[in-house]
Amino acid sequence: MTDLTTPAVPPAAPTTADKSQFDSSSARKQWQVIARRFLRHRAAVVGVVIFVILVLFAFLGSAFWQYSYTDLGFPRYQNPTADHPFGTDRLGADMVAQTIRGTQFSLQIALVVAFLSTLIGVVLGALAGYKGGWVDTAISRFIDLLLVIPSFIIAAVLVRNSFVASATGSNGGSNWLVVALYLGLIGWLSIARVIRGMVLSLREKEFVEAARALGASTPRIIFRHILPNTVDVIIVNATLAVAQAVLLEAALSFIGLGVHSPDTSLGLMISLNKNELNLHPWLFLIPFVFIVLISLSVNFIGDGLRDAFDPRQKRVKA
Amino acid sequence: MLRYIIRRLMISIPLLILASFLCFGLTTAMGDPLGEWKLQKPRTPAEITAAYERTGYNDPFLERYANWAGDFVTGDWGESVVPGNAGRSVKEDIGKAFVVTFRLVIVAEIIALLLGMIVGVIGAVRQYSLFDYTATGISFAMFSMPLFCVALILKTGGISLNNWLESIGADRWIVTAGPPGDGFKGGFGEQFFQYTGAYILPTISLVVIQFALYSRFQRASMLDTLNADYVRTAQAKGISEARSIFRHAFRNALIPIVTVSSLNFGATIGGAVITETVFGWSGMGKFLVDAITKLEPFQVLGFMMVTAVFIIVFNLIADILYAFMDPRIRLD
Repeated sequence: MTDLTTPAVPPAAPTTADKSQFDSSSARKQWQVIARRFLRHRAAVVGVVIFVILVLFAFLGSAFWQYSYTDLGFPRYQNPTADHPFGTDRLGADMVAQTIRGTQFSLQIALVVAFLSTLIGVVLGALAGYKGGWVDTAISRFIDLLLVIPSFIIAAVLVRNSFVASATGSNGGSNWLVVALYLGLIGWLSIARVIRGMVLSLREKEFVEAARALGASTPRIIFRHILPNTVDVIIVNATLAVAQAVLLEAALSFIGLGVHSPDTSLGLMISLNKNELNLHPWLFLIPFVFIVLISLSVNFIGDGLRDAFDPRQKRVKA
Repeated sequence: MLRYIIRRLMISIPLLILASFLCFGLTTAMGDPLGEWKLQKPRTPAEITAAYERTGYNDPFLERYANWAGDFVTGDWGESVVPGNAGRSVKEDIGKAFVVTFRLVIVAEIIALLLGMIVGVIGAVRQYSLFDYTATGISFAMFSMPLFCVALILKTGGISLNNWLESIGADRWIVTAGPPGDGFKGGFGEQFFQYTGAYILPTISLVVIQFALYSRFQRASMLDTLNADYVRTAQAKGISEARSIFRHAFRNALIPIVTVSSLNFGATIGGAVITETVFGWSGMGKFLVDAITKLEPFQVLGFMMVTAVFIIVFNLIADILYAFMDPRIRLD
């Protein structure tokens, strides 16, 4: 790299060298820089590894594990053994199989929530920030309204209302998709606010003015010119939304407004075993550890992404 | 400034009306508060009619809302309607619950904010030091845990501590059923013992989550200002490091955390649901969960109005503080 005498690469034709300054390869390089910075963040890489293992465990584990979650009739409340590494629960079900299934549902919920809340938040936030005027007023007041209405009430309506229950095919309880949709529909407020604030300042920038002067349509300006400049914030927020969703779903399960049988989740497993902490602690602690692993690994990934996108946060002593 | 405050409060009146209307619809959609009562045993049609008369469910929806809103404005927040527990004044019950929650939350918020600011600032000034790594690790672990698990583990620990205290002949210390309803009794020492016994675990479980948030936030905003050009300029002009950290970086790094904490405080008044449920405090969160479980429409509405006013007021406080600390911002 520091070779001054002989160029490592023979001098190419000047035309291609000039072109490379302007073609898309420079954009790719920026992503490479970000990827390299991310890979240097040790905690984030560990986070990725743990998260991938958890995803494999949740979605492929049942194919490899000897027992199914429907196998009951083992001795109840068995301590962890070689045959049942996580023990058995109060119904005599194998806890490994239960944990695989719980992790799967928790991850499904979290991914749907992250996708939905990011999508709604980005679109509405960008619209409010770019359009201004009555669009901004309407969206901002709507956000205020949702902030004021306690979200538990909305959850209660979804869980207890017989119409919703029958429409989603679950008998009186709530299936995982209802919980995920609910969390996604109330979870977009903060990302919308952040994006709105960023768009407010971006729309005054010269490149947006130039695009407008060239006659670009509003969607084109928003999606091609403005939102790419917020992609770092969007990705980081979407990542953190996964962690938040796992925890929120657990809290909902605890107060009885979350996922119900026949569906399950790690939060529901903990709630069902909340009185076992003294006598059969593993029934409580195993799903607890899995929740912590999911949200910890995702939080580390989010932190690594933030550092990779925004090197200003690294303090360089002058 | 006064005109700004008045205008902001005026804007929130339509918001409150809209929110209460929506909430009224939601409580109706939640289900029939008398549904379970009707199933318990056969009721005569006369009984059922009388019970519905009391809830007002015989009237059309809009009329019911108008009745409720009219009563609410004149200070009558309605009563509980589910038979067996009917006739409790919503206003009185919320008043009691509010006092309980406020006492708990204010202490926890202040501790979490102070701790978070101190740890965040040190973490930013000594970035990548052992202290920073430890604090980062702890706060990451803290907000990766479901709050109710933390509370449950603390509660179990508290009970074991009590058993151990008893085994060495001391009094049981930790209370896991909320503060005594009739206040603390005895001399100062005894009162202090009871107070800490009742408050320590719920306070810790609230602090854990909030501290993680505040310390991360303070660290990030402090890093932002420490890297800002004006701080580098100040250092280039040769002022001391302490002065550049505290007069230039810290004061500007306070702006976002003050905003976040006041927004957060407004929301926590109604949001300590988990902590209150685990530790048996009859505060606002437990009030809401009970009201939702029993499908009490007026209790849910009353709760929403109180917490809504708090969220609106603390939003306003956040904006005022923001303008106060950053003179470039003008409120008008």
